[in-house]
Amino acid sequence: MPFDIYDFTSLTKWIDTSLHSAMSPFWTTVTEMVIIGVLILLFYAIVGLFLVYAERKVCAFMQNRLGPNRVGPFGIFQTIADLIKLLFVELVPIKNADKFLFNLAPFIVIIASFMAIAAIPFALGLQAIDLNIGVLYIIAVSSMGVVGILIAGWSSNNKYSLIGAMRSGAQIVSYELSVGLALITVVILAGSLQLSTIVESQRDGWFLFKGHIPAFIAFILYMIASTAETNRGPFDLAEAESELTAGYHTEYSGIKFAFFFLAEYINMFIVASIAATVFLGGWMPFHVGGWEGFNHVMDFIPPFFWYLGKTAFVIFMMMWFKWTFPRLRIDQLLTLEWKYLLPINLVNVLFMSFIVLMGWHF
Amino acid sequence: MEEKVKNITADDQQEYVINMGPQHPSTHGVLRLVVSLKGEIVQNLIPHIGYIHRGIEKMCESITYPQIIHLTDRMDYLSAHINNEAVCLNVEKALEIDIPDRIKVIRTIMAELTRIQSHQLWWCSFGMDLGGLTCFFYGLRDREKILDIFEETCGGRMIVSYNCPGGLMYDIHPNFQKRVKEFINYFRKTLPEYDQLLTGNVIFKERTKGVGRLSLEDAIAYGATGPTGRASGFSCDVRKQEPYSAYDRVSFNEVLFNDGDTYHRYLARIAEMRESMDIIEQLIDNIPEGPYAVKMKPVIKLPEGEYYQRVETARGELGVYIISDGNKNPLRVKFRSPNFVNLSILNEISKGWKIADLVAIGGSLDLVIPDIDR
Amino acid sequence: MDNKQLEELITTFDQDIETTEGKQYLEVTLPADKLHSFAAQLKENDKTRFDYLFCLTGVDYGQDLGVVYHLRSTVHSHYIVLKVRTSDRENPKFDSVTDIWKTAEFHEREVFDLLGISFNNHPDLRRLFLDSSWGYPLRKDYVDDINIVTK
Repeated sequence: MPFDIYDFTSLTKWIDTSLHSAMSPFWTTVTEMVIIGVLILLFYAIVGLFLVYAERKVCAFMQNRLGPNRVGPFGIFQTIADLIKLLFVELVPIKNADKFLFNLAPFIVIIASFMAIAAIPFALGLQAIDLNIGVLYIIAVSSMGVVGILIAGWSSNNKYSLIGAMRSGAQIVSYELSVGLALITVVILAGSLQLSTIVESQRDGWFLFKGHIPAFIAFILYMIASTAETNRGPFDLAEAESELTAGYHTEYSGIKFAFFFLAEYINMFIVASIAATVFLGGWMPFHVGGWEGFNHVMDFIPPFFWYLGKTAFVIFMMMWFKWTFPRLRIDQLLTLEWKYLLPINLVNVLFMSFIVLMGWHF
Repeated sequence: MEEKVKNITADDQQEYVINMGPQHPSTHGVLRLVVSLKGEIVQNLIPHIGYIHRGIEKMCESITYPQIIHLTDRMDYLSAHINNEAVCLNVEKALEIDIPDRIKVIRTIMAELTRIQSHQLWWCSFGMDLGGLTCFFYGLRDREKILDIFEETCGGRMIVSYNCPGGLMYDIHPNFQKRVKEFINYFRKTLPEYDQLLTGNVIFKERTKGVGRLSLEDAIAYGATGPTGRASGFSCDVRKQEPYSAYDRVSFNEVLFNDGDTYHRYLARIAEMRESMDIIEQLIDNIPEGPYAVKMKPVIKLPEGEYYQRVETARGELGVYIISDGNKNPLRVKFRSPNFVNLSILNEISKGWKIADLVAIGGSLDLVIPDIDR
Repeated sequence: MDNKQLEELITTFDQDIETTEGKQYLEVTLPADKLHSFAAQLKENDKTRFDYLFCLTGVDYGQDLGVVYHLRSTVHSHYIVLKVRTSDRENPKFDSVTDIWKTAEFHEREVFDLLGISFNNHPDLRRLFLDSSWGYPLRKDYVDDINIVTK
C-alpha cells in the first residue's frame, strides 16, 4: 500500500510484544491501559485547549475583530491563562444543594466524552479499541452525557438551572434519534458497524460521494442533529447567556465549570470526528479516480493529518453556524426534530436501503 | 420594596415565580421583572422600577432653564440631542423668539443622526438577545461613525449638550457636511447587510412573527407611540402632526404596519432608519447661512403660564411640560417619557408567551430604563 | 375643531367648568367630583372623541395640589387640557381615570408616589419608584436634611 510508512500497527505490535516479554499478561494489560489512559488524557487536554483558542479566533474573524492576541504570540497562551485562573477561582458552595450530585455531575459529563474518544480511528492502527459494534458503542456512550446535565441542573437548587437542564435534556434525547438514524444510513451503505471497516471501505471514495443523494442528505441531517446534541450553535438555549445567564451550569465555578466547558468542546470534537470518519473517509486521503499523479501526491500527506483536517473543517462549519444564526426557542427546536428531521431521516434510511439493494451506488 | 407583590401568588401547584433581577443581560438597564410562570409560559408580569430614579423633575425646580438641558441628556441617553431640543423649543416658544433657519436645519440633521445611531444600538442588542451575537459588532461598528461625527462637532459622543435656548452652543465643524455625506453613502450600502443577517433569516422570523401582538386600540389606550405604536397602525409621528424645527420643509413617509407583533416593530425601526437617511440627504446640501445662536438675556425668565412641547424621539413621543410663575426657576417641569408608557404594555402583550419570547418582546420595545425612572 | 368651537361644545356638557384660552391649548378647570363623568363624556362623544391621554401631571402649586390631564383626539386632531385642584394637603383624593384611558394606571401611580395624591378606584395603587420610608418628594414643603442642600 502506498502509505505503509504511516502504518501504526507495527509500532503498537512492537510495544505489545516488548511489554509481554517483560511482564506477566495481567501487568501488560494494566500497563497498556495506563499508557492509553495517559495518552487520551493528554490528547483531551491539548485538543480542548486548542479548540477554545480556535473558537475565539474564529468568532473574532466572523465579528470583524481580532481575537486574543496579547498572551503569547498570536495569543496562543490565552487558554492556558484562562485555565490557570479557573484553577484559582473559589469554589462557592451552594446552600441546600445536594452535595454529592452537585459534585458528581461534571464527572459524568467528562467520562461520557472520554469513553467515546477511545473508539475513534485516528490513523491506520491508531485506535484504542476496535469494537465490532463501533458506531453503536459511540452513540450509546455519548448519550450518557445528558444524565450529567440533568443532575447538574437539579442539584444546583436554582430555578434557572432547572429550566436550563430540562430544556437541554429534552433537546438531547430528541436529537439522539436523528443522529442514530443518520449514522445507520451510512452503516447500511458500509455493511458493518465496525469503524475501521467503515474507513477501509472508503478507500476508493468517500461515502459522501459514493452514496450520492441519500448520503448527502444524511450528512446534512447529521450536521444539524449533532449541533443540537452538543448544545451548540443555534440550539444553545440551554445555556443561553442572554436569557438564563448560563443555564444549567450557573452555579458551578472554578474547576467544575472548566469541566463542563471542556466537555462541550470535546463533544464537539467527537461529533466532528465521527462525521469525518463516517462521511468524509476518516484518515483516507482525497483521491480522484483516475488521476494517478494527484493521488500519489495526496498519499504523501500522513493520514493523521487528513483526519485532523477533515475534523477541523467540520468544526469550523459548526462554529460558523453558532456565530451567524439567532437562537431557536425550545418548542421550535423540538418541532424541528419531531416533525421535520425524523420523518426525513426515516424516508432517507429506506431510500438508502433501496439503493444498496439495487446496487445503484458507486 | 417591602410591600407584597400583588397578583403574583403561586397558588396553582404548577405556577412558580422567577425574578429577572435588576442585573440581567437582556433587560438593558436596571429593570426588575417578577414573572409568574407555568412551565415556560408567562402568566403574569410585574415590573419594578426606581433603581435609577434621580429626581430630575425635582432638581429642575431649583435650577435655571439652560441648566435643565444638561439633565435631559441623561434621561433617554440614546436620544440625547432630541431631548435637549425639546426643552430648547419649549423655552423659545414661551419667549416667542424667532429661530433662524440655520439653527433649525442643523438641529434637524443632528436629530436624525441621533435617531439612526439609537436604532443601530437597538438593532445590535436585539440581535444579541436573540442569540445572533455577531449582530452586536456589526451594529456598533457602524454606530462609531456617527459618534465620531458628534465628537467632532459637539465635543461629546453620546451626551452631546449641543443645544441651548436660542440656538446652538457652537457652530458646526467645517468637516461636518462632508462626513455626514460620506456616512450616508456608506450606510445605504450597509443597511441591506442588516437585512441579510436578521430580517430574512428563517430562525429570526420564527422567533418574532406573531409574538407579542399589540392591537391598535390598546396602543392608543396605553399611549404607546414611536415605532412600537406605528407597528400597530397608530399614526403618532409628532414630526408630521406638529412639525417643529425643519420638518415642515422635508418630505418623508410615516411607515405604518397593521400587525403589531415583534417582527413589525423590528421592521418599523429599520424603515425609520431609511427615512432618516432620506431626511438628512434632503437637508445636508443646503444648510442656510446665518448665526448659530440668538442673543438671549443672561437670566432667562419665562412669562407666567404653561407650555407644552412634543417631540419625536427614537422611542416615541417625548413631552416637556413647563409651568412657570415668572421666576428664573420653573414651578414644575414634567417629562412625559415614551419609555414609561411603553413599559406599561409589557405585561399586556407578553401574557401567554414563553420566557424566550419575553426577551424578544422586551428587546423589540426598546426600553431605556433611565428614561422610565427619570 | 379649533379652540373656540371646542369651548362652545364642552360647556354644553357641564355648566360648572371654567375654561381659559391658554397659550397653546384650551384649558378647562373642573371641580374634583365632576372629573370622571366629564372625562368619560369627552371620550365617548363623537364630536370630541379624546381617546389619547398623553400626559398626566401632578402639580404642587404651593397652597393647592392639582392634577393636569393633556388629551388629544386621534380622530379630530384637537387638544384639551383638564385641570383639577384640591386644597386638602393631608389627604388629597381624586377619581381615577384608569377605566377611561388605560395609560393612566402607571401615571397615577407615579403621582401617588411623588406627591401623595390618591386616586379612587385605581386597580393597583402602590408606590412606583420609591419605597414607603420616603415622604412625598415632589411637594414644595418636602424636607430632607441629608440629600437636599438649601442655601
